[in-house]
Amino acid sequence: MSVFDGLKFRRVYSPIHNLDPRIKFLYVCAIFVAAIIFWELLPLAILFLIQVPFVILAGVQREWVRSMRGAAFLAIVIFLTNFIFSFIGAGYTNPAHYLEYASAMTLRFIVLIESFSVFFLTTSPDHLGLALEQTRIPYEFCFAFTTAVRFVPVLAEEAQTIMDAQKARGLELERGNFLKRIRNYIPILIPLIVSAIRRSLELAEAMESRAWGATKNRTNLYVLKMHRGDFVLIVITFLILAVAIYIHLFFRIPSLNELLGGLF
Amino acid sequence: MIEAKNVYFTYPNGVEALKGVSLTIKNGEFVAIMGENGAGKTTLVKHFNGLLKPTKGTVHIDGVNTTKVSVATLARNVGFVFQNPDRQLFSETVEEEIAFALKNFGFEEKIIKRRVTWALNLLGLTQYRETSPFMLSGGERKRVALASILAWNPKILMLDEPTIGQDYRQKENLLQFILQMKAQRKTIIIVTHDVEFVAECSPRVLLMRGGRIVADGEARKVLTNPEVLTQASIVPPQITQIFLQLSDFQLPKEVIDVYEAREKLLNLLEAKAK
Repeated sequence: MSVFDGLKFRRVYSPIHNLDPRIKFLYVCAIFVAAIIFWELLPLAILFLIQVPFVILAGVQREWVRSMRGAAFLAIVIFLTNFIFSFIGAGYTNPAHYLEYASAMTLRFIVLIESFSVFFLTTSPDHLGLALEQTRIPYEFCFAFTTAVRFVPVLAEEAQTIMDAQKARGLELERGNFLKRIRNYIPILIPLIVSAIRRSLELAEAMESRAWGATKNRTNLYVLKMHRGDFVLIVITFLILAVAIYIHLFFRIPSLNELLGGLF
Repeated sequence: MIEAKNVYFTYPNGVEALKGVSLTIKNGEFVAIMGENGAGKTTLVKHFNGLLKPTKGTVHIDGVNTTKVSVATLARNVGFVFQNPDRQLFSETVEEEIAFALKNFGFEEKIIKRRVTWALNLLGLTQYRETSPFMLSGGERKRVALASILAWNPKILMLDEPTIGQDYRQKENLLQFILQMKAQRKTIIIVTHDVEFVAECSPRVLLMRGGRIVADGEARKVLTNPEVLTQASIVPPQITQIFLQLSDFQLPKEVIDVYEAREKLLNLLEAKAK
């Protein structure tokens, strides 16, 4: 589950943390689009490197490396399937080309994970809810979203307690064949679901008793305002997008093999 | 017998919950572990059935190192009733709930039936045999959880906060029940904040604070020692508070029992009257 470690927010302050989450999300989307339009290794490598200064500026290197490590397994799977299938499909010729192709596909995945990880590592759930709200998304949806995010660690902890309680009654999760193993999780899932439903009812009552939805126009204690940094990020975002589209349309990107002068 | 030697435990998130705990609990002993929230009480008892393994040090249950065997193997001898019954109830009927552990331990069908009937009877749940555990009240659910553990007759019984949310009568039943278990030479460990309940059953008391044991002794000695109690943020039993404040009248300080207190006070009054 270490992939998710890279998505866990920790409250610290840095120029990146203070950016407006809406702009940060726009930036992530731009990177996303840029990563999707390129099939070549070189521009994807550049996209990967562009984000490193962000990570360092935000001071989340350790968490970021951990999420990258968590994604390593999937990356290897993507690399192998891409390489094996394209290589076989091409009739076992030109391995260097397909090696580069598979690397590019893997790097694309890593770039996507990287940008989302930077976004979630530097944006608090509250901030995110605020951003949603101030983009005029109905408050009910924003509230549901932030509540869901907020309760993930609570549920994880509860699942652990339930597992302990059932293990203490002799349940062995790792015993039996595949089907039996799935069935072993029933004693964990039922209490977990029941308590989640109970909790949601309690939450609803608590909300009602605190006058949830009493006024149509809610005000916020904090209001998101754009600062200089946000405008800089907007410029960077559009620059990345424009350059990416321009290169994609008007340039033929050389493969690594060609750059190195046909070593292979 | 439970033997913990210099046990340290650190949770994956870096919190050091136990900092060098050593203790021995003999067979047939009745122990109450008390202390403030976060003192490491539950962490400690989770070491006794192998749910947690010490980061440093060792825990032996009847001579077996807990790191060498599975939780299921240990659980056969060590029953652990969790604080909140809703963390374990999942079956369609109370009967199946109680049979769950017995099936896990591989008891025969016939024996399972007999054990379930016995456990239902013991905790006064017979009329709920076919009822869904989710339909029961909080106190009844707690009893179902207890019955589901007692059914396999573990040698060591651990109860985490058994008195929370129980009315006076349920507490009284619990006390009778614990005494009955004690008479059967079972080892009983309770984790609790309920100082009045502990005073009433008078077990050996372990006080914990900050991952260490700060006091270990008879309830009568520990619960009447204001210094260690304050350390563990526990208030002495009310009857003890009275006797501590009446110490000018040559009354003993170590009183936790209401009947004993009554005797002592009557003696004092008689002496005064003369």
